[in-house]
Amino acid sequence: MSDPMAEIRASFFIECEELLESLQDGLTLMEDGNSESETINIVFRAVHSIKGGAGAFGLDDLVHFAHRFETAMDEVRTGRLAPDADAIRLFFTCGDVLADLVRAARDDTPLPESKTEPVLAQLDALVGAQDEPEEEDFDFTPATLSLDLAGGDLAMPNLPDIPGLPPLDLSQDDADPTLSKTDAASGLKGFTILFKPDASLYASGNEPLYLLRALRDMGDIEVSCNTDKLPNIAELDPELGHLEWTIKIATDEPMEAVREVFEFVDGLCVLEISPNSGGSNESLDGEFETASALPTCAPLTTADALEKEVKPLPAETALPDIMPAPSNVEKQDPSEVSPEPVEQQKPTPPTDKATETTKTAPTQPRATVRVDLERVDRLVNLVGELVINQAMLSQSVTEAGLPPNSPVSTGLEEFLQLTRDIQESVMMIRAQPIKSLFQRMGRIVRESSASVKKEVKLHTIGENTEVDKTVIERLADPLTHMIRNAVDHGLESPEKREAAGKPREGRVTMSAQHRSGRILIEVADDGAGINRKRVREIAIEKNLIPEDMLLSDNDIDNLLFMPGFSTASEISNLSGRGVGMDVVKSSIQSLGGRITISSVEGKGTTFSISLPLTLAVLDGMVVKVGDETLVVPLNAILETLTLTDDDLKSLGPDTHVVQIRGGFVPLLDLGAELGYRPPQGKYVGGTVLLIGQEDGNRAALAVDTIEDQRQVVIKGLEGSYGRVPGIAAATILGDGQIALILDPSDLVSQASGKTKQRNASVPLVG
Amino acid sequence: MTDTEKQTDTSSIELLSFRVGGQDYSVDIMSVREIRGSAKATSLPHAPSFVKGVINLRGTVLPILDLAARLGLMAGEESERNVIIVVDLGGRTAGLMVDAVSDILAIPTDEMQTPPDLAADDARTFVSALTIVNGKMIRILDLNAVMPPQDEEAA
Repeated sequence: MSDPMAEIRASFFIECEELLESLQDGLTLMEDGNSESETINIVFRAVHSIKGGAGAFGLDDLVHFAHRFETAMDEVRTGRLAPDADAIRLFFTCGDVLADLVRAARDDTPLPESKTEPVLAQLDALVGAQDEPEEEDFDFTPATLSLDLAGGDLAMPNLPDIPGLPPLDLSQDDADPTLSKTDAASGLKGFTILFKPDASLYASGNEPLYLLRALRDMGDIEVSCNTDKLPNIAELDPELGHLEWTIKIATDEPMEAVREVFEFVDGLCVLEISPNSGGSNESLDGEFETASALPTCAPLTTADALEKEVKPLPAETALPDIMPAPSNVEKQDPSEVSPEPVEQQKPTPPTDKATETTKTAPTQPRATVRVDLERVDRLVNLVGELVINQAMLSQSVTEAGLPPNSPVSTGLEEFLQLTRDIQESVMMIRAQPIKSLFQRMGRIVRESSASVKKEVKLHTIGENTEVDKTVIERLADPLTHMIRNAVDHGLESPEKREAAGKPREGRVTMSAQHRSGRILIEVADDGAGINRKRVREIAIEKNLIPEDMLLSDNDIDNLLFMPGFSTASEISNLSGRGVGMDVVKSSIQSLGGRITISSVEGKGTTFSISLPLTLAVLDGMVVKVGDETLVVPLNAILETLTLTDDDLKSLGPDTHVVQIRGGFVPLLDLGAELGYRPPQGKYVGGTVLLIGQEDGNRAALAVDTIEDQRQVVIKGLEGSYGRVPGIAAATILGDGQIALILDPSDLVSQASGKTKQRNASVPLVG
Repeated sequence: MTDTEKQTDTSSIELLSFRVGGQDYSVDIMSVREIRGSAKATSLPHAPSFVKGVINLRGTVLPILDLAARLGLMAGEESERNVIIVVDLGGRTAGLMVDAVSDILAIPTDEMQTPPDLAADDARTFVSALTIVNGKMIRILDLNAVMPPQDEEAA
C-alpha cells in the first residue's frame, strides 16, 4: 500500500461503492415513479463519476460500459427517452453489471464480455443507435480534458478525494511556464504587492516580518505600512490585525515565485500582486474568497494601489468604476503575447480553486470518516478489556470491604456507567445501516425473477436500521437464499396469480427493525403460502417423518428447515438443490439468531429472523465443570433442572437418558465430553442444562454448578489458536481468567454420550 | 526465517537464549514480543498434550505451548518460576513456556552451523541451527516447526 497510486486506486473503488449505492437509490426512486430531473441527475452523475475515475486508471472495460450507460441516461435526462418500467428494469441490470465491472476491475479479474454484451445490446435497442459515434467523441472529451488539465478541479465535485491530487499538480505545472512566459514577455522588472493580513493569519502563528524578509531576499524592496485602520489605543483589539503593507519589489523572479512566498498564508490575508511596469497591469487576486468576504477591503486595483500607495482604502470606495478595468487589461494583455488557449487557461485554475474552497469550506457535505475496520475492532477489543478490568476492580473493592458510600465506591460506580457508555458508543461505530444488504437483495430479486419468468417487486422497509457490520456480512448468504426461495417457491406464476385475483406482479417485502434489544428482519412474499399437505407428503416421501406422525400447522411449516427438504416438484436452477432452509437456519443460529416461519394459505409466507445487536457480546450462563469455568450461550438453553432418581434412566452399557415430561433426552457429561475428566457416573441431584438444537433435538448437559448469568465479551479462538471442537470462542472473566464459550450444537453432534464410570480407564484426552 | 536485511547489514543476528528441559535453546529476538511470568492457563479440550491452554494477555487469547513437551524433553517441574516467551510468527502469536530465560546473544551468521542429521532425535526437526557460546552449545529453534499446524487442530 505504499504506492500512492495504489492508494488512490483503492479509494477510487471505495468511492465507486458509494456511487453505486446512490445509483441504486436513484433508480429505486425512479422506479417508484419519481422521475424528477434531480433524481435522473443523481443516476447520471453516479455513472459519469465512475466513468471519469475509471478513465483515470485506464479501466477501459468499465469506461466503455459506463459510457454507454451514461449515454442512455443522458437520453432520459434530456427527455428524449421516457423512463418506463422496462427502461428502469434495464437500468437496474446495467447498474448490476456496472457493479460487477467495478469489482472485476478492483480484483483484476476481467469480466467476460458475455456478461456485458447482452446488456449493451439492450441499451442500444432502447436508445436507438443513431448518434452513437458522435456521442462517443463528444462525451469523451470532457473526461480526458478534466484529467489532463484542471482535472482535479473539474472532477472534484463528483470524486472528492480520488484523482484530484496528481492532476492538480499537472495543471499547476502547466500554468507555471505560461505565467513566467507572459511575465518575461511583458518585460517586467518587479511587482507591487498589497498585503493585508487577516486576524486568522496572526492566530495561526504566522509573522508578516518573515514574509517581508523573504521578499527582501528576492530583490530590493520598498515597504510602506498603512496604519490608517489602526484604532486609537483604547479601542485596540490586540487579537485583530490592523496593519497592511504595500511592498514594491524589484526582481527578475516570475510572479509565481513572489506568490510562493505567501503560500503559507494563502487564505489568511488579502494579497494582490501586480507587475510593476506602468503600462500593463495584471491583477491576479490571490484570494477572491477573503476579498469578497470582507467588503471593506475589496480587491484594490493596481492603478489605485500605485497611485494611493499609503491610503488605498478610501480611494477604493471613491472609485468604484475602476473595478472592471483591470480585468479588461488582464484579458488583453496576455493575448498579445501568448496564444489564445493559454490565455484562457491561465486565469482558470486559481479561480476555480478559490470558488471551490469557498463552496466547500463553510458547509462540509458529510462529516464522515473512513476508518479501517481493523482499528475499530481494536477499539472494540480494548473496550472489552476495559469492561473486564472494571469488573476486576469492582471485585477487589468489594473484597476490601469498603463502605458503599466511600469515595472509591461512588467513583467506581461512575466509572461503571462510563464504561457502559463507551461500550455502547463503540458498538455503534461498528453498526451500519442494513441498506447495502437490502440493495444486494434487490439484485437477487431481479435476477431470480428473470430466470423463473415471474414479475416481482421488492419492497424494503427500515433500510436505515443499523446492524453490526459482521452481522450484515454474514447475513448476506442466508438472506440471498431466502429471497430466492420466496421468488422461486413462494410466489406463484403470473398466470396463477391472475387466476387467484392477485396482481400479476408478485411482491417480496424485506423489513428490518429494532425490537427489544434485537434486530428483527422479515422476508415476506404475497404468494400462495405453504402448501402444508404437500409439505407433509414430501416429508413422508423423503423419510423425514413417520407416516402417522401428528403434526400441527406450525410443525409442518418447520419441516421446511429440515435437512434435505425441498418442495419444488421440479428442480429449478435457483433453489431446490436440497441444501435449503436448513442451511439458512444453521447460519442464522451461528449468529446467535432465531428464525421462525408463518404462513397463511393463499396470502403468503413470512420468515422472521431475530438477531442479537452485536456479535461482540453474548448473554451466557457461567457454569463450573471440574476446575474449569465455561460459558454456555443463553439462547441455546431451554431450561435448567436438577435431576431426580426418577428422571434418570440407564440406557445401554455406557449411556443415560433423562426423562423430561414424557420425552427422553440423552444425558451428556460436559466434563467428560470436553475431556477434562472421566464421566462422573452419578448424576442424581446434579444440575443439567437442557440444550435445544437447530433440528429440534435436545440434549441434557450435566454440569457441576451454575455460577452466574451475564454478558460476556466474545474473543475469537480461531485467530490465535485454531478451531476447537465443541468450543465457539473464549471470553475473559472478572478475575482475568479465560473461560471458553461452548458451541452446544457442535458439542452435541460430536458427543460420545458416555456417562458411566466403567469407561474411566479409557483416556479421553486426544 | 531470519530477517534478511539484518543479515546483510550486520551479518549477525541477536538471539534470546533460554533453558528448557535442561537444554539451552534460543530464538531470533525479532520474533519475541515479550517475556512474562507464568499464569494459570485455561485448558483447551481435545488439544494436543503440549498445548497447555490459553491465557489472557491484555485482552487477547494467547495459546500457551509447553515447549519441553513439544520438543519431547523431560518436562521440568511446573513451578511459579516458569517463564512464558511470547513469540509472534507471521501474525500468529503464541506463548512458549520455558524454564528460564538466560541471555541475549549476538551471533555472527557465519558461526551458525546446520545441525547434523540424526533421524532418531525428535528435537532435530525443531532445531534450525547450532552455535557455540562460551563452550556451551546453543540450539536455535525453528519456530515454524514448533507452532502446531493450524489445519491439524481443526480436524
